[in-house]
Amino acid sequence: MSDRNRSFRLSRRQVMRGLLATSAFGLTAKFGTGCAQSPGTGGTTADGSTAEELVVGFIYVGPKDDFGYNQAHAEGAAAMAANVPGIRLVEEASVPETTAVAETMRSMIEIDGAKVIFPTSFGYFDPHILALAEEFPDVQFFHAGGLYQEGVHPKNVGSYFGYIDEAQYVAGVVAAHMSPAGKLGFVAAKPIPQVLRNVNSFTLGARSVNPAATTQVIFTGEWAEPVKEAEATNSMADQGIEVITCHVDSPKVVMETAERRGVMTSGYHADQSPLAPEGYLTGAEWDWSSIYTELGNEFMAGKTLMAGDIPHILRGGLADNFCKLSPYGSAVSDEAKAAGDAAIAGIESGELVIYQGPLKTNTGDDILAADKSMKTDNVELEKMDYFVEGVIGSVS
Amino acid sequence: MATEALGWWGVPLGILAGTLRGSVPFLLVSLGECLTEKSGKINLGLEGTLLFGAMSAYAISYLSSGIVGPTLAPWLGVLAAGVAGMVLGAIHGWLSQQPRVNDVAVGIAMIIFGGGLANFFGKPFIQPQAPQLPTIPIGGWSDLAPVQSALQISPLFLLGVAIVPLMSWFFKSTRWGLYVRAVGDSPDAALAMGISIFWVRMASIVAGSFLAGVGGASLSLFYPGVWTERISSGQGLMAVALVIFARWQPWQCLWASLLFGGAQALGPAFQSVGIDSYYYLFNAAPYILTLLIMIITCSPQRTLAGAPGALGKDS
Repeated sequence: MSDRNRSFRLSRRQVMRGLLATSAFGLTAKFGTGCAQSPGTGGTTADGSTAEELVVGFIYVGPKDDFGYNQAHAEGAAAMAANVPGIRLVEEASVPETTAVAETMRSMIEIDGAKVIFPTSFGYFDPHILALAEEFPDVQFFHAGGLYQEGVHPKNVGSYFGYIDEAQYVAGVVAAHMSPAGKLGFVAAKPIPQVLRNVNSFTLGARSVNPAATTQVIFTGEWAEPVKEAEATNSMADQGIEVITCHVDSPKVVMETAERRGVMTSGYHADQSPLAPEGYLTGAEWDWSSIYTELGNEFMAGKTLMAGDIPHILRGGLADNFCKLSPYGSAVSDEAKAAGDAAIAGIESGELVIYQGPLKTNTGDDILAADKSMKTDNVELEKMDYFVEGVIGSVS
Repeated sequence: MATEALGWWGVPLGILAGTLRGSVPFLLVSLGECLTEKSGKINLGLEGTLLFGAMSAYAISYLSSGIVGPTLAPWLGVLAAGVAGMVLGAIHGWLSQQPRVNDVAVGIAMIIFGGGLANFFGKPFIQPQAPQLPTIPIGGWSDLAPVQSALQISPLFLLGVAIVPLMSWFFKSTRWGLYVRAVGDSPDAALAMGISIFWVRMASIVAGSFLAGVGGASLSLFYPGVWTERISSGQGLMAVALVIFARWQPWQCLWASLLFGGAQALGPAFQSVGIDSYYYLFNAAPYILTLLIMIITCSPQRTLAGAPGALGKDS
C-alpha cells in the first residue's frame, strides 16, 4: 500500500531543504550585492575651534565609478566634501532599491551620526525615505528625483533634480548635424517620465536641425542589464542607425559596443569620451558638484529643510549648472559645434523653449497647439507619458 | 557610415548573432554543471563562480597587458578565470561533502561568497578598459557590415562546442567517465568498485567550476565585454536549470544554450524593427522558456529520465 503512494510525496527532509533554499535565496538577493562602506573622505575639522563636523551620508544604487549615474553623484559628493570645511562624508555603494536602503540609512543615522542623507536613486523614495523621514524628524533627506509633494510628504524631505533634457536637446542638435540620414537611436531602461523626456528632447533637438530625423527607442527593462544593452546597440547598428545615445545606469556597454561597430555616440550621466575616442560626439552630463557644494554651505550655515531655509524642491538646467555638455569629440564638425553652442546659449538665456507648439505625439495626438509652449520648469513635463513625433517606439 | 538598413532581416540576423554571442556563458556553465551533477552533487554556486571568473579575467587581462602585451593578456585572463573557478569549486567540493551538509545550501552560500568576493576585488576594475579576446571573423563572404559583425565567433564559443562531443564521449566510452557516472548513480556500487567517492566528486566539481570560470571570462572579455557587478544577471542560475531540461546530456546542453542565447536577443531585435509592444514579454522570453520546458518535462508520476541516481540525496 505504501508503495502505491510513492508517486508524489515530499519527505520532511525535502520540505526542509526547499524551505532552506528559498529563504537562503531571499538572503542572497539582499546581501549578495556586496556593499562596501568607505570611511569618511572629507577632512575632519583641522582645529577643534570651528563648528563641530557634520556627517553627510551618500547612498548609490551601483558602483561609484561606473561611468554613469552613480559616478556623477559620487564626484559631486567628493566636491562637497572638498569645498565645504567641516563636512564628513559617509558613503555606501551598490545598495538595492529594497529594504536594504532603509537599513543603510538607519545605520548611517544611528551609527555614523549622519544628519543629512542623500539617497540618490529614484526608487529609494517611496516607501524607504518616507518611512525613515517620519522616524527621524531631525535628519534631512535629499532625494534626486523631484517626487516631493508639499503637504503630503514629511517636512524633512527635499527633492532636487536637474533638467538634463536641456543638455539632451543640445546633444540632439549635434547628433542631427553629424547624421546624414537622420537616423538616431536611444537605448532606454524603463518608460518613466524622466527617460521619456530625455528621448523627446533629444528628438526635438535633432528635428530642429533635420525635420525628417527619427529616434529609434529600445527599452531594456532594467537600469543595469549589460547583455541587453549590448544587444540593443547591435540591433540598432544593424538597422543603419548613425548616432546612439542612452539612458541606463552605466552607458559603458552602449558606448563601447557602438564604437566597435563604427557608430557615433552621444553620452549620458558622465563624460564617456575615453570609451569611444572615434565616435563620441558630446553628451548630457550631470554637474552635481556646484549644487552639492551650495547645499553643503547652507548646512554649515545652520539652514535646514524643516525651518524652511532650504527650499524643498530644487530644480535647474544648463543655466543653473545642474547639467552640462561633454566637450565635443574629434568627429564633430565646426558647423555642428556652432549649432550646439547656439542652442546652449538659447536655452541659458531662455529664448529657446524646447516644448514649443505645434507638437504632436508619435501616435498623432495633440500635445500643444501652435501658439502654446511648455517651459522647462512646467510640471506637466514631469508627468510625460508619450513620445513626440519622430520617435519610433511605444511607451507601453 | 555606409551601413545599410537591414529592415526585417535584422530580426533573424540579430537572433543569430545573439545566439553566437550570448550563448557562450550558458554553454560553458551548463557543461560544467552537467559534469558536476553527473557525479551526484549540485553546484548552485556557479552563479558566483561566473561573477568571480568574469572579474578575475578582466582584472588579469587589464593588469598583465602592460607586461605581456595586449594579445596575450586576455588569454592569461581566461586562464586566471578558470583557476579562480577551480578555487571556488574546491571549496564547494570540500564543504558539500562533509557529513550532513546539504549541497544546495552550500551552493547558495557560494553564490553569495563568489559574488561578494568578485565585487570586493572588482571595485578598481569597473572603470578601466581591459584588452578583449580576439574574435574569428567568418562573415568575410558578405559585403554587409551587419552580417560581418554578427558572424564574429569567439574562440571560447568554439572551445565550448568542442567540449560537447568530448564530454559526451568521456561519459560513454572512458573508464573515468564510468567512474563519474557510477559515483553519481550509485555511490554504493562505486564504493564496492574501490572508487573514492570523495575524490571523484571533488574532481568533477573542480573541473565543472573551471568551465564556469571560463564562461565568466567570456562575459567580461568577449560579450558584452565589460566588468560590472551585475554582469551575470542570473545567467549562472539559468544555466543550472538548463542542465535539468537538457537531461544531463552534453549535446542537449549545447542546443539549450543556443536557444537561451538567441532568446536574449529577441526583445531588442524586435524593437529595432518597430515591434515595440510587449517588449517586457520578449525580454522575459528566456525565463518563460525555462518555465514552459519545466512544466512540460516534469511530472510527479516519474523521476526525470537521465537524472543521476544519487543527485540530491545525502550520501
